[in-house]
Amino acid sequence: MSTRSDVVLRAEGISKVFGGTVALNGVDFNAYRGKVNALVGENGAGKSTLMGILAGVHQPTAGQIVLDGEPMHMESPRDAGEHGIRLIHQELLLFPNLSVAENIFAGSELRSPTGVRLRDQEREAAALLARLGQRVDPRTLLGDLAVGAQQMVAICKALSQQVRVLIMDEPTSALSTREVESLFAVVRALVDDGVAVVYISHRLEEIMELGDFVTVLRDGKLIAEAAVPEIDSHWIVEQMIGRDPSALFAYESRAVGQPLLEVEDLTLARPGGGLSLDRVSFSVAAGEIVGIYGLMGAGRTELLQSLLGERREAVGRVAIEGHRVDGDSIGARIDRGLFLVPEDRQREGLVQALSVKQNISLASLDELGTFGNLSLKREARDVGVIARDVGVKVPNIDFSITALSGGNQQKVVVAKALMTNPKVLLMDDPLRGVDVGAKSELYRIMTRLAKEGIAILFTSSDLMEVLGMADRILVMARGRITGEFGRDEATSRALVSASNPHTAGAAV
Amino acid sequence: MSAQLDAIRRQLVSRPLQELYGELKTPHAWRSLLLRLRAFVALIGIVIVFSSISPSFFTGSNLLVMTEHVAIVAIMAIGETFVILTAGIDLSVGSIAGLSGMVAGGLLNNGLILHPLDMVIYFNVPLVVLIGLGIGAGAGAINGAVITKLGVAPFIATLGMLSVARGLADLRNNGATFPNLAGDHAHGNTGFEFLGTGKLLHVPFTIVLLAIFVVVAVYIAKRTAFGRRVYAIGGNERAAELAGIRVNRIKMGVYVISGICAAMTGLLITSQLGAAFPDTATSYELNAIAAVVLGGTSLFGGRGTIGGTVIGAFVIGFLGDGLVLVGVSEFWQMIAKGSVIVAAVALDEAQRRRQSRASASVASIVEEVVGSDKRAASN
Repeated sequence: MSTRSDVVLRAEGISKVFGGTVALNGVDFNAYRGKVNALVGENGAGKSTLMGILAGVHQPTAGQIVLDGEPMHMESPRDAGEHGIRLIHQELLLFPNLSVAENIFAGSELRSPTGVRLRDQEREAAALLARLGQRVDPRTLLGDLAVGAQQMVAICKALSQQVRVLIMDEPTSALSTREVESLFAVVRALVDDGVAVVYISHRLEEIMELGDFVTVLRDGKLIAEAAVPEIDSHWIVEQMIGRDPSALFAYESRAVGQPLLEVEDLTLARPGGGLSLDRVSFSVAAGEIVGIYGLMGAGRTELLQSLLGERREAVGRVAIEGHRVDGDSIGARIDRGLFLVPEDRQREGLVQALSVKQNISLASLDELGTFGNLSLKREARDVGVIARDVGVKVPNIDFSITALSGGNQQKVVVAKALMTNPKVLLMDDPLRGVDVGAKSELYRIMTRLAKEGIAILFTSSDLMEVLGMADRILVMARGRITGEFGRDEATSRALVSASNPHTAGAAV
Repeated sequence: MSAQLDAIRRQLVSRPLQELYGELKTPHAWRSLLLRLRAFVALIGIVIVFSSISPSFFTGSNLLVMTEHVAIVAIMAIGETFVILTAGIDLSVGSIAGLSGMVAGGLLNNGLILHPLDMVIYFNVPLVVLIGLGIGAGAGAINGAVITKLGVAPFIATLGMLSVARGLADLRNNGATFPNLAGDHAHGNTGFEFLGTGKLLHVPFTIVLLAIFVVVAVYIAKRTAFGRRVYAIGGNERAAELAGIRVNRIKMGVYVISGICAAMTGLLITSQLGAAFPDTATSYELNAIAAVVLGGTSLFGGRGTIGGTVIGAFVIGFLGDGLVLVGVSEFWQMIAKGSVIVAAVALDEAQRRRQSRASASVASIVEEVVGSDKRAASN
């Protein structure tokens, strides 16, 4: 353990209340000079709030921030910046229409009486980029760079002024393996220079590799802080979810029936050339829950979109209960018994302007009356039954959908799917952004549906989820299926190696 | 601190959810109610102000006349409501009204002249009306096709139609009017004036027509799958698409409805005037859009009602007629109308922000209470 003198920035007893919600409750947090403290927790655990408070975005309701032993008060991110505390947001907050140099100095331009000193900015930007080992012309438009390079620009921006504490929010979520490696090299160099790094990530393997300390939050409370060499990733997961992770998904084996979804040589061209899906073939049987694991960009979302008929340009054979549906519209495939629970609830799953009831009935309006008429009585009755069945927690189904939490909203989307009497249910990362309780509940719903003879195909980028939920796991990398594992033979090591876009392919 | 938080939580848990939800709204209940009913409040304000200035404003006969004027705005605005509910806009309604009026006028005045056959066909009035409405439906279908098939933004597509339809209306008689719509008994095409000036059981037919349009439109909006899908598309087009809704077909539908409503307005005006002018209903799209937004329909789509639009049309109609009655110049009327539209949208924004704040705090409290129930149950 490091000594107290190594603590640059210390949060003491921080609480934060938003409206009626307690986001943080008496949390302590340390940032150590020349060390990486990884901050982990489930979605909604309070990570972003804590980070916001450290970076001056939010002001704590109670508690204080101590910098070098001195209590301090930060009104804004600018205040924090003046003290050398910098935050790199997950969604980068850069300007794609400006040059790299202009981005780095946006808000703190090098000025002279006659305007901005563009030359000087470009020279300094080039120096900063070189320090991070980047060969990028500072006059390039930011939008022309790959995401990984943009990430480096964001770091340069943070480094363009004196930095003592660097907070990075999920910096690798959009990076390739190679980009992650060079990012890690940069972080290690910063740490060697004495910068205190706060690293937020939900990729445990990254934390084990990069972190010196790990701090776990759960439900707005500090659960544990530990030195990384003393713990393992299993310990982190246990602290994050508050119990043995294997207990989260109560697995029972089920009888498997006839194949309901059959896919053969499904191929989808990528707009810029190459293939998003490359001759994908598999099938899912009644009663089966099949998980698709793969990193970002492996083709998971494209696969589900092609199955649903959203990507009409996809070629290959898709059959539901033996009926070919490739070439059919989304509506026709839904009529055949296919339904997608999309990845992004807010943007794809829900209509915010409609009530809970109207959201649930949205895909089944034709069944709720004749000749396009709508029987409101029947709608209320049928939706009520399904909502109770799925366990949507709402006092009244006429409530606005925005009054529900993430997990509850996800149940509404599932209820909408069930209203269509699906035979094959596609679920794109169904547990993303829902709390632990709702996770095991949603999984219970999935197993029940499978028991009733529905074929379920879900995707996830979370190893624990895939391993815990699926009867069978397909691993994707670069648009291809690079591995298939039964529940008993699947290990996290095997999945990770099959999903690696650089080494996978040899596996099949 | 933590004791304080526990106290908050206890307080929240001890009350039933429903009650809590109701209470959340009470601190500003009056203000938000006034905000929601702003068109109605504005209408009452207009009636009070003009009645106090001019004694002839609030009389039975004037109210009837004004309501006939309102009908013209309202029918057009009803069609526009469907379009705006999908987060679209139809700027071509005024021109479509002008075009259908000119087509109907030409058919009544001269009949359909078939040059190659050296023949003239006269249609009876119901057929002329149907053809006029058909012109509106056709123009709407072209709007819809340009928007859905060619991917042109509704603003531009309908701005184009605004010019094209007006040009066609001018072309119909080379910029001249069709002055005589009385028809001829020999041709069996008399009675067009009934549409705009006739009475059914002492009620002006225009008002009967308005009632029919309102009832049908409310039914479509509230009680049909089509109506629900219109709201869904405006609320979240992508979610609607993934729910299997044929988005393009519904969009096509709303522009056709808008075209038909616009054409009806054109026929009414033509009938009231007894002559077809090519510049009929010029810039009426402003009235229609004003009525829609005054009635609380969001320009972002997904939120709004037909009833609100009708009240909005009353505000626009009564405001215009009231200003005329008290002798305010036409130029000031334009300034008043423009200001009203901007004010309406500004209020709409205010309400939207208020609602999203309210629902965020409701969400957190619902969560909190449901969560506590769960914890209590598991203990």
